[in-house]
Amino acid sequence: MNSRLLHDLKKLLGPAGVLDQSEDLMLYEYDGSVELARPDCVVFPRQTQQVVEIVKLAVRHQIPIVGRGAGTGLSGGAIARQGGVVISFARLNRILAIDAENQRAIVQPGVVNSDLSAAVEHLGLHFAPDPSSQKACTIGGNVAENSGGPHTLAYGVTTNHVLALEIVLPTGELIRVGSAAMDAPGYDLTGVFVGSEGTFGLVTEITVKLTRLPEAVKTLLAVFDSVDDATETVAEITARGITPAACEMLDGWTIRAVEDYVHAGFPVDCAAILLMDVDGLREMVEAEAKDVAAVCAAHQAREVRVARDARERELLWKGRKNAFGAAGRLSTSYYTQDGVIPRTKLPVPLRRIGEIARKYNLQIGNVFHAGDGNLHPIILFDERNEQQFRDTVRAGDEILEFCIQMGGAITGEHGVGMEKDRLMPLLFSEADLALMRRVRDVFNPAGLLNPGKIFPTSKGCGEIYVRPQQTGAGPTASA
Amino acid sequence: MSASRTIALSQLADIAGQANVSSAPARLAAYAIDGHTPSLAVRPGSAEEVAEIVKLAAREKLAVIPSGARTKLGIGRPPRSYDLALDMTRLDRVVAYDPQDLTLSVEAGIPLDRIAAELAAHRQFLPLAVPFADRATAGGTIASGVDSPLRQAYGTARDFVLGMEFVTGDGTAAKSGGRVVKNVSGYDLHKLMIGALGTLGVITRINFRTFPLPRMARTYAAVFRGASAACKFRHASAGSVLRLESLELLAAGGAGSGPLGETAGFPFEGDRWIAVVSVAGNDEVLERSRRELELLARGAGGSSLESFAEISGEGREKAATYIRDYPAAILRHAPSAAIFKISQLPTELEAFAERCKSLAMAWAVMMRGLGPTYLALLMRDVTKESIERLDSDRLGVFLPDERLPTFSLLFAPPEVKRDPNYRDASRRNLALLENLKKAFDPSGVLGPGRMRYEI
Repeated sequence: MNSRLLHDLKKLLGPAGVLDQSEDLMLYEYDGSVELARPDCVVFPRQTQQVVEIVKLAVRHQIPIVGRGAGTGLSGGAIARQGGVVISFARLNRILAIDAENQRAIVQPGVVNSDLSAAVEHLGLHFAPDPSSQKACTIGGNVAENSGGPHTLAYGVTTNHVLALEIVLPTGELIRVGSAAMDAPGYDLTGVFVGSEGTFGLVTEITVKLTRLPEAVKTLLAVFDSVDDATETVAEITARGITPAACEMLDGWTIRAVEDYVHAGFPVDCAAILLMDVDGLREMVEAEAKDVAAVCAAHQAREVRVARDARERELLWKGRKNAFGAAGRLSTSYYTQDGVIPRTKLPVPLRRIGEIARKYNLQIGNVFHAGDGNLHPIILFDERNEQQFRDTVRAGDEILEFCIQMGGAITGEHGVGMEKDRLMPLLFSEADLALMRRVRDVFNPAGLLNPGKIFPTSKGCGEIYVRPQQTGAGPTASA
Repeated sequence: MSASRTIALSQLADIAGQANVSSAPARLAAYAIDGHTPSLAVRPGSAEEVAEIVKLAAREKLAVIPSGARTKLGIGRPPRSYDLALDMTRLDRVVAYDPQDLTLSVEAGIPLDRIAAELAAHRQFLPLAVPFADRATAGGTIASGVDSPLRQAYGTARDFVLGMEFVTGDGTAAKSGGRVVKNVSGYDLHKLMIGALGTLGVITRINFRTFPLPRMARTYAAVFRGASAACKFRHASAGSVLRLESLELLAAGGAGSGPLGETAGFPFEGDRWIAVVSVAGNDEVLERSRRELELLARGAGGSSLESFAEISGEGREKAATYIRDYPAAILRHAPSAAIFKISQLPTELEAFAERCKSLAMAWAVMMRGLGPTYLALLMRDVTKESIERLDSDRLGVFLPDERLPTFSLLFAPPEVKRDPNYRDASRRNLALLENLKKAFDPSGVLGPGRMRYEI
């Protein structure tokens, strides 16, 4: 890397604000996906103005810039695919304002998702998007990826909770889009920015909506001896107009892996469980819990258990949120997919995933945000076995191709990143992609912000490197 | 008609069929916007025809404005030029409806009431209680960016439009999003289409998430003396655990505002503020909501609470229609009214309401519980003097938005819209917005000048 740039960055941020030694950079060459690429340096701004200066310096030297929060992403969004400067937002991590009356907060991008909810809990509020990595992932990363989570079924994903942004453009210009008040007039730049995966600009301040905590919550665990019964239950709950706050499904293999690890109390001899929250007013929750239990019973649920107290509820959810960590204990590496299908068609892809697993002789566990048709098959592999790794990537692609055939999409909440870019042409025409590129160029004309993401490159999947260390077994790498 | 127009006419006929092209002034008058009448109108029958027409327009440099039922063409800046009316009403099919999945895909020209009927058969609905709902099309509703009182519970189109197909200004058919309820594949370009008045693309298809119809709903009206008590009630009820379907604060004052009260079913007078709130749920929820709302109203109002009561039957219908149809209800009484939409926070509502007392001309206000506010200034005639009066009145209530865009002039006589005082003061992100427009519409044929900042 250009030594002049490095010198200037150190002058700007101090020696402690820049990492450029290879043993340090190794920690920043991966995220929660199976991708790998090493940046030339990592910088840690503490002030917005420093972000502006970093961007100006990098652009002057024509060096790629990649924003990074906690690195928990699952599509390679925060990886410097073409090298360059990684800007870590870890030190821009202050909650700048909480406005309880208007239910708003202004945060810096490095604020950890669950820290914001914790900071406003005493006001009876929370930040609704809840990725499973919420104890580590940052709100800046949530904005870049338009992250979801189990409770987005009822509460919506990140974009539904973001009102305004302060953004550093590659020109070094600091702009504001949207407003704390709803319906800022003019084109909805905030709406198109959220989910742009770091390719439009770097966010330095985020104005979010805060949501009132529900008065009552009930968590139900329904146990099934057949996967089809579980998926048909989900379809009928949706069709009956019941919207649980969350509706998650784990298959038998995943349940056993989780139980071995977390001891959440899942029955290990069943084919599938549904883990559901109903929330709202006490009176509504009682009625909805009864309705949900009745649908489960009508579809041969072996048991429907209602968590008796907060402790049991938390334990059940701990089981769900650690499903990926549990998979990590059983295999050196795993690859998580994020396909979406119309939620009434759930039984079909499950059967197809089973066929694909048999075809490639792979172990695939299934954890679904069943209520909104978002699939997270977990494919286990051994990264030392190159053939198996290739089969894993192929199996992942086949699952996503099947999702597209079913009228679905290739990513529900993880982003396209550098992992699914090659599949974009299956979903979008050349004209669609050309328009998306033109829109990116409006914000990022030289293509220096997060290059090599979202759009298909000419390279195939052989480019994906196998990570030397264990993949994403930590509690932060989950969906 | 000029030679180039004659050629365009025949080419349009080749694309959409002779019967679907018009150059007759009597027909064209129906498509006029702010005094601009197009010289041609075409009614395509498919998205492919829309693409061909826009391609032709780009080639011939014809300014195109898409429209549905033409109920909200008054929203937006007066066009810089307007040659071709693109009537989308023949694209009126339900493309796919999967009630079990709660997803719906429709062509842009379909009337909302047809969607509502189709969904009601499956006890579902779209939370678009929007003005002119008896005629308005899906495409026009989304492109005009009008909001709905149901946003209190369900959000706006931005929250439940899953994807779109549209034709950009070079005649290319494109899409973004999809038909599944959760999707981050590619940029959310469809978010840009909402409220863009067709200046970035002609919407041809919209995919919606649908919602189960609430089993039962009730509406209550709390009548307060003074805005302060009404706003206190707003804060208390919106901040409670109750799930409100809608919450609006209504008031009107000045000579000539009386008939509005008859329409709404409330006796408006200057300092009387009426909170209309709806709740939905089972019997227990409804009973508890009524009890708690009444307590909140008494707590907020004290002796300024004139009444708290459920409104039902004809009264409820009147109030719901007034709120849903807000600009339309005002325009029926005062065709020359200037109607502003102001983007403000809930805590800013009270001071705004207090400032309304200074208005000299007759006025009507509707504040949504979430903040967005509609102010109608009821001009009786359009003269230089009345425009000056409007301007001085308006400045007493809210100022030009030099720093941050905060208001839009929705409906007004063209003379008011052209008044320099109503050009958008804030130039925030202008260069970026212009470049964005160019990315979608390189030759600038889609509704030139219609968008904010005359983009």
